[in-house]
Amino acid sequence: MTPVLEVRNLTKRFPGIVATDAVNFTLEKGEIHALLGENGAGKSTLMNMLYGLYRPDEGHILLNGQEVHIHGANDAIARGMGMVHQHFMLVPTLTVTENIILGNEVIKGVLIDTATAERRIKELATTFGLDIPVNAYVHDLPVGVQQRVEIVKALYRSADVLILDEPTAVLTPQEADDLFVVIKRLKAQGKSIIFISHKLREVLAIADRISVLRRGKLVGSTTPAQANEASLASMMVGRDVVLQVDKAPAQPGSVVLDVAQLNVRDERGNTAVADVSFQLRRGEIVGIAGVQGNGQTELVAAITGLVNATHGQITLDGEAITNQGTNRAIDAGMGHIPEDRHHHGLVLSYSIADNMVLSAYDTPPFARGYIINEQAIAQQADTLVKRFDVRTSSINAAASTLSGGNQQKVVVARELARPLKVLVAAQPTRGLDVGSIEFIHKSIVAARDSGTGVLLVSAELDEILSLSDRILVMFRGQIIAEIAGADADRNRIGLLMAGVRGTGAEA
Amino acid sequence: MSTEHVPSTGAWRIWATTFLVPVLAIVTALVIGAVIIVLTGADVVAAYGGLFTGAIGSPRAIAYTLVEATPYIFGGLAVLIGFRAGLFNIGVEGQIAVGSMCAAIVGAFVTLPPVLHVIVAFLAGAAGGAMWGAIPGWLRARTGAHEVITTIMFNYIAIRGTDYLIKVPFLDQESSSQRTPYIATTAEIPFLFGEAYRLHGGFLIAVAATFVVAWLLQRTIVGFEIRTAGANPDAAHYAGMNVSRTIIITMALSGLMAGMAGAVQVLGLEHNLKASFSAGYGFDSIAIALLAASNPIGVIPAAIFWGALRNGAGLMQLNSGISINLINIIQALVIAFVAADQIVRQIYRIRTARGEGITLSRGWGR
Repeated sequence: MTPVLEVRNLTKRFPGIVATDAVNFTLEKGEIHALLGENGAGKSTLMNMLYGLYRPDEGHILLNGQEVHIHGANDAIARGMGMVHQHFMLVPTLTVTENIILGNEVIKGVLIDTATAERRIKELATTFGLDIPVNAYVHDLPVGVQQRVEIVKALYRSADVLILDEPTAVLTPQEADDLFVVIKRLKAQGKSIIFISHKLREVLAIADRISVLRRGKLVGSTTPAQANEASLASMMVGRDVVLQVDKAPAQPGSVVLDVAQLNVRDERGNTAVADVSFQLRRGEIVGIAGVQGNGQTELVAAITGLVNATHGQITLDGEAITNQGTNRAIDAGMGHIPEDRHHHGLVLSYSIADNMVLSAYDTPPFARGYIINEQAIAQQADTLVKRFDVRTSSINAAASTLSGGNQQKVVVARELARPLKVLVAAQPTRGLDVGSIEFIHKSIVAARDSGTGVLLVSAELDEILSLSDRILVMFRGQIIAEIAGADADRNRIGLLMAGVRGTGAEA
Repeated sequence: MSTEHVPSTGAWRIWATTFLVPVLAIVTALVIGAVIIVLTGADVVAAYGGLFTGAIGSPRAIAYTLVEATPYIFGGLAVLIGFRAGLFNIGVEGQIAVGSMCAAIVGAFVTLPPVLHVIVAFLAGAAGGAMWGAIPGWLRARTGAHEVITTIMFNYIAIRGTDYLIKVPFLDQESSSQRTPYIATTAEIPFLFGEAYRLHGGFLIAVAATFVVAWLLQRTIVGFEIRTAGANPDAAHYAGMNVSRTIIITMALSGLMAGMAGAVQVLGLEHNLKASFSAGYGFDSIAIALLAASNPIGVIPAAIFWGALRNGAGLMQLNSGISINLINIIQALVIAFVAADQIVRQIYRIRTARGEGITLSRGWGR
């Protein structure tokens, strides 16, 4: 049988890098084909070529055996391809129906025929088991439902090939399970699906076939029956990987960070953190689990002094630091790995050396009075580059020339170089390769073992589970449960992340 | 991704890549200027020959060019300091006016011993400019009022305000022209080669200021704060820097340079302050800073080039009959090519530099 979609020797070059290198890939009808790879492996480039957003430098794309040249997203849609992006392309202030028909409206006279559109959408929803409230406004819907709207949007445009780009990144584990049910039903109805992910567990659970990309090359294809997490990880990285973080039991000491009754508003003035209280002890890692957007960002911003709290106290080792700004928090012994390294963590046009002293530039030995001591800064950079294995040819190279993993190592190195009482690590490994993740996890555990209290905020439940000594679950701005790391149950935390309580032992 | 894009650390390489675009912009502008001269039926060789001879053809021409360049050096530094912090100080014109006014008043109406008098008058001018720059900085830091708007408004206040001060309270009653009285000889910055060459000590102060600014930006923690606030204000905040304070300091330093420009013009060259004297130094300073590629040392050649164009224009007109307004066209083209550097990069097929880039001004408020 002819594959629905076939890609032959597809190559795309960007200045200085081959993003995809002669990739061959086929998608059979009614198949779920997972595309696995680390960030920067070329998954997005490949999909963007299929979707007509990039033009390949070499190679061919065949749809149902016919070679095609795809000119832009509209052309791809017309040829029966639909893409659900990681960041949804929905207009929050429009209803579900309006979003789905946007750009594809049924016209009756001069008016949009909403009734007909609604009927079609309901039909589609029933056929594929996608439960969506057609008249609700998108901004009122949970993320999981918004994603279903995106899928229906693609189906409404008669997509036969669905490309799902990291679809579970924003979902709770339960929402992800619901999505898998939907995907399997789509398959049963004859749709073909490309499932892009870097999460091994999911790929094994859902795919019929798994293809692994590494540095632009397709390194192999396998099936869930033949593979396991360890074998996929080593395919992805190109060497054996230790998936488990090696750490001794925590030896918690005295309380080093005390957060009491904290309330924080977000940029729009809505309450993002509501009456949050917790204590962090020396030598322990407390993980904050939660789906993105439940107040974690604002909580971290308030603790680290980036924004002011509207109410409540933050005490670091007995010193009140509430609403005193970032400088006070740093002086009191706080380190902060920010969730967005480009936004807060680095000055990309600065050298690695300057970035390494970004929060210590005005203290000895890096400053003598008001004068910068370049020699001391260079020495510091040399030491840290070695200790944290930052891959660069020179400490004078701009931070922008580094890969994401090495950029993050610069941030981690800088923060851990100071004597810290508390380390706030927000999404410390987001978007990084497996090697860098291992390294950063080890560094965080080492900081804990040296007596630092670590507050870990991550959207990756696996990261929380493997590092934390205690876990707090955050939902809609509140901490709704506290669980000892040893007793942590994936399923139960997943339910709590979705706001389902009543499973006992909540805070 | 590999690290093959690490820039060469050879000093001359960095200088070459920094100043390549400005130099090519000048070349391109001069070529287009030549085309315009030909189209008007004039003689290109006579015109550019006159420009060249008038600008640097004799020791006196060179001295005059440096005299013209002096306020541009200060002004260019003023704008550049703002650029480095991501601030666009359009108020250099007004800060020059306030600086020259303060220097003129202290020079003419205060009696002090020699040496001390000139120092005090110079510092008064510098301080006046600094104050006039710090206020919009304070408004930006405290209220978010954009410095582009406030500095433009402060220009009007300064220019009209000094006009009034010159014409009413500090008018020289003995003179038929509208100006302040001559400053005391004790307040004069001396000429370097006698009055005939007009080149005064202010030029040396300007060159020294350039190196001080370069050192300040590169080697001090204030400079580090200024550069970080310009390159990534969020990272500056994250790193514990007081971004509001940095904005105020930057605007004060910027105004300080502008105030010095006004002070040396009064104390070194004019020896009094005429109504509507500055006439555009502040705005041309933006051009100097752009041409200098936001590198302090680059301000000196950029300002000398600007001064040379101005100084040579007269002889160009005399030799070829071309209006000195052609110089304005050439200057405008230079700025257009430097500002829209992609055009120059396209013409000469230069690869776009990676990683670097200066934020000239950020959006409104924040």
